[in-house]
Amino acid sequence: MSCCNHQQVDLSLLSGVLEEYAGVKGSLITILQKTQEIYGYIPVDAVYHIASRTGATPAKIMGVATFYSQFRFQPIGKYLIMLCKGTACYVNGTERIFDAIADELGIGNGETTADGLFTLSVVSCLGCCSLAPVMMINDRTYGSLTPDKTRKILRELREEAAKE
Amino acid sequence: MKARIVVGEGSCGLAAGAGAVYDALQAALTADVPATLGITGCIGMCYLEPIVDVYDAAGALHRCVRVKPEDAAAITAAVKADDFSGLGELLISAEDETFLSRQTRIALRHCGLIDPEDVDDYTAGDGYKALEKALKTMTPEQVIEEIKTSGLAGRGGAGFPTWFKWNAARASEGEEKYLICNADEGDPGAFMDRAVIESDPHSLIEGMMIAAYAIGAKEAIVYVRAEYPLAIVRLTKAIGDARAKGFLGKNILGSGFSCDMRIKAGAGAFVCGEETALIESLEGSRGMPRLKPPFPAEAGYWHKPSNINNVETFANVAWIILNGGAAFAAMGTERSRGTKVFAVTGKVKRGGLVEIPMGKTLRDVIFGIAGGIRDGREFKAVQLGGPSGGCIPASLLDTVIDYASLQATGAIMGSGGMVVMDDSTCMVGVAKFFLEFTTKESCGKCVHCRIGTKRLGEILQRIVDGEGKEGDVELLEELCETVKAGALCGLGQSAPNPVLTTIRYFRDEYDAHIRDHKCPAKQCRPLLTYSIDETACKGCSLCSQKCPAKAISGERKKPFKIDPAACIRCGACAAACRFDAVRVD
Repeated sequence: MSCCNHQQVDLSLLSGVLEEYAGVKGSLITILQKTQEIYGYIPVDAVYHIASRTGATPAKIMGVATFYSQFRFQPIGKYLIMLCKGTACYVNGTERIFDAIADELGIGNGETTADGLFTLSVVSCLGCCSLAPVMMINDRTYGSLTPDKTRKILRELREEAAKE
Repeated sequence: MKARIVVGEGSCGLAAGAGAVYDALQAALTADVPATLGITGCIGMCYLEPIVDVYDAAGALHRCVRVKPEDAAAITAAVKADDFSGLGELLISAEDETFLSRQTRIALRHCGLIDPEDVDDYTAGDGYKALEKALKTMTPEQVIEEIKTSGLAGRGGAGFPTWFKWNAARASEGEEKYLICNADEGDPGAFMDRAVIESDPHSLIEGMMIAAYAIGAKEAIVYVRAEYPLAIVRLTKAIGDARAKGFLGKNILGSGFSCDMRIKAGAGAFVCGEETALIESLEGSRGMPRLKPPFPAEAGYWHKPSNINNVETFANVAWIILNGGAAFAAMGTERSRGTKVFAVTGKVKRGGLVEIPMGKTLRDVIFGIAGGIRDGREFKAVQLGGPSGGCIPASLLDTVIDYASLQATGAIMGSGGMVVMDDSTCMVGVAKFFLEFTTKESCGKCVHCRIGTKRLGEILQRIVDGEGKEGDVELLEELCETVKAGALCGLGQSAPNPVLTTIRYFRDEYDAHIRDHKCPAKQCRPLLTYSIDETACKGCSLCSQKCPAKAISGERKKPFKIDPAACIRCGACAAACRFDAVRVD
């Protein structure tokens, strides 16, 4: 399959995962999770490859993948910002944090900056409600955010990336 | 005996900086300090994190709160001198101690006290003694009878009697049966299940093995949401350790009973908290609820008899077996036995995990244990039960916490999220917030839920945008009843609750938006007007510098002005002003 922004991926990276799970009943979500761990997202080619090995149709696989919010279909930036929009974060002003991130980076929910550094994803609840508003960037959690504090964190990450 | 220094490393603690505190303590812990360093889970006092517990040589506890890495030297010096009086402000205050002393902890009994990554720490107390008692001295029927005596009901929200589900699964025919733990804690604002798994994973495993024995399951599965990576790591380790020690797997404790356990990570879908949707997801499909009957007890996972309970439910089981069902039933009220854990958050002074016997009032929790509203503001509402629940006003603060009393208010017990709101929260906005959530999370199977929640959200959106019409409230009510009646599962049936309860208790706010084009909480941007009070403005120009829309102008040392046509109502000026001169109406 090809299309305008079709990205070539190395399908051999999937062989271990398929070896282990292709024959195991009910493991489609696990296969998709491992696929995303490998590529950072679910590439279209991988969907066809998984289909050919598991016997599930590409439509069924896409149906499952698009049902769950964990799966992405575009590559993500170096830093994945997960901004919590749980109830406690909402009550404590997460919308102002969203505005600050959107303004600072020039992206909306689900988008990636042109330099490939940041992807913004608004999520339901990170379960750190006492520290609301909260965001998680890669594996690190930042709590008790204010718009200014959020901008500072993003600027520091940008500088850090520039140094590398 | 050596002193012990223990750092609270639950997700909240780590987010507050417990990792750096641990590293600093490790560096400060030179060979001449007679102490060991370890970790524990979440004690539940999230507002005081990071927390470091120091048990001195005599075993007495000195709890240090809001610890920073630079405090490490003072802590190790105190341990070395065996004199903690110099720690001053670091030590927990007598008032903060009441946060724990007013609680009754059953499900959370080990949280924050033991090392969640060390099975020996769990067995050093009464860990796995209940499993041994059940396997060696009780029949499965006796286990179920004990749970029946306890009155334990499903802590995930529905409150269905646990023994009844176990008994139904036991009675179902077939050799292949499954036990499933619902750890897909999707209610925004609830984190008690995460805390139990991160802080006391073995009590979940022990409760599940007892349940597996009772129903005759050969395999146990924990369905954990993927947003809880630390919980998955700790539970994975705990399962491995328990297997190595013979607490699960083949021939458990030599009893002849075998049951293994595995984890399945969810992939992010709120509807999977519904048990039949969870089963679909376990089978690798879209998480869409099935028609009931047949119930999972007859035909669940792979259409085999299955039993599903929530984490907190299982966390009570070992305690009940050890202490007897009657001891559990002695707590709580006639129709709601035992204790319940709440995650108290929002605008309270002391947010965290609160476990209390059923029968206490909402006021006891919010104003007693959690210390009331912070920043000197007024209590407006408490949201219970997440997107399936409702908002309860101040006039109902003396409502008793049990399943029936909460349901009578239009809210539900739910899984235990308790988000407290003050006068700065717009209740129409809250209803819209939840409807946006349920619209996104509706699986799409039932038309009334899929389209009805969308339409409800659109009406709420136009109200907060100042474009609400006379009759919108009645339209919302009518549509809510339709969605409730036309949805198959709990998600759709309860999705209207946030709308209905806010209309019931805060109708005046809806009317203010629709008729007066005002938001009483001053949150809905299109309805706000920003202006500068000329008498208070000192002409410092800070607001005009901060204004992203360049809507503020003036001469220094003279009052500034906001151009209402250019103002985007972002509030940056009000946040910047040091003289409280920005008026919001």
